[in-house]
Amino acid sequence: MEALISLAVKAIFVENLALSFFLGMCTFIAVSKKISTAIGLGISVMIVQSITVPANNLILSYLLAPGALAWAGFPEVDLTFLGLISYIGVIAALVQILEMVLDKYFPPLYNALGVFLPLITVNCAILGGSLFMVERDYDFTESVTYGMSSGFGWALAIAAMAGVREKLKYSDIPDGLQGLGITFITAGLMAMAFMSFSGVKL
Amino acid sequence: MAHKRREMLLDPLVDNNPITLQVLGICSALAVTSSLSVSFVMAIAVIFVTGFSSMFISMIRSQIPGSIRIIVQMVIIASMVILVDQVLKAYAYEISKTLSVFVGLIITNCIVMGRAEAFAMKNPPIESFIDGVGNGLGYGLILMLVGFIRELFGSGSLFGITILETVNNGGWYVPNGMLLLPPSAFFIIGLIIWAFRSWKPEQVEEREYKIQTVEAH
Repeated sequence: MEALISLAVKAIFVENLALSFFLGMCTFIAVSKKISTAIGLGISVMIVQSITVPANNLILSYLLAPGALAWAGFPEVDLTFLGLISYIGVIAALVQILEMVLDKYFPPLYNALGVFLPLITVNCAILGGSLFMVERDYDFTESVTYGMSSGFGWALAIAAMAGVREKLKYSDIPDGLQGLGITFITAGLMAMAFMSFSGVKL
Repeated sequence: MAHKRREMLLDPLVDNNPITLQVLGICSALAVTSSLSVSFVMAIAVIFVTGFSSMFISMIRSQIPGSIRIIVQMVIIASMVILVDQVLKAYAYEISKTLSVFVGLIITNCIVMGRAEAFAMKNPPIESFIDGVGNGLGYGLILMLVGFIRELFGSGSLFGITILETVNNGGWYVPNGMLLLPPSAFFIIGLIIWAFRSWKPEQVEEREYKIQTVEAH
């Protein structure tokens, strides 16, 4: 249990997907102009992330890893090279299913998240989460924890960024830095702030 | 015609750069720029993937039904990335270890998707290939620029060859460790954008709020 908590805290603060691995930057920069939309996107990323990382973990351990097909009678087959294409397939399919389920059973939530759901398929934070799960050999419980907490970390980062940008638009910024430039520099400063968490030992 | 193709290749370098203007593909790139050789390999990989995936998507563009085009594009892109990943693992194992997940993340790199959607779906294969390579080059240019600054001033070397002798090895240069950490990439890109926009003022974004200036009395 302690190991899981420490993994969660590490995924939220120390190894924040947005600010220390630069994942999901396109949406992070493009959709962080208003706090309300940023929070909507953050929540959808969190939901998708907590479903896809464990799902990909199951795919990896029962279909792709060397010897994983032993249950089907092919103990010597190694399909790890198909990893990337299966993960992105799973993500695209799950996002689509999630969209349909929300539309049918939770229309208010669907209307709130609507536009962002399809965008999430191409959000690198989602695929990145799954790839980190593979690279670090997480087991199933760890991947559930990692999925949820890394999604939360990303949501936290984009909400904070949107807060800063809402205040920033009243500032007098040099012409060349207007918009994109200052956003990058703000993100840099936030990344530095998040780095101070790396001293936290658990 | 030849002139137009040349423009298509060179246009994304500065005038319509994918990173500084279209805000595409910032995602996976910045973490790999702490040394020049790694950014070089990453740039080559992205150029290859954007070029060929645009070409293949354009070849079958009239056969793709509109409703599932995103998935078809994803499959083509993912196959190209798997190819690159396997080649890197076979011939440049060390670098593929450093790039770790970022090779896989080329799939969700918005440049590839963006060009496929915006250009390759409507244009013939050769033009799409050139457009893909051009955008890959524009991306590579920024990547190399950032990698150059970070490696030169962060560890005093270029491509692993010492240029500025650091204090630790008995030289004079005190390396700026900050540049090896992730946040510095943000600052460098921010400054590059500033430089590009001072050079080409038409790229400057409109202010949302005008600062009211009070007449001096």
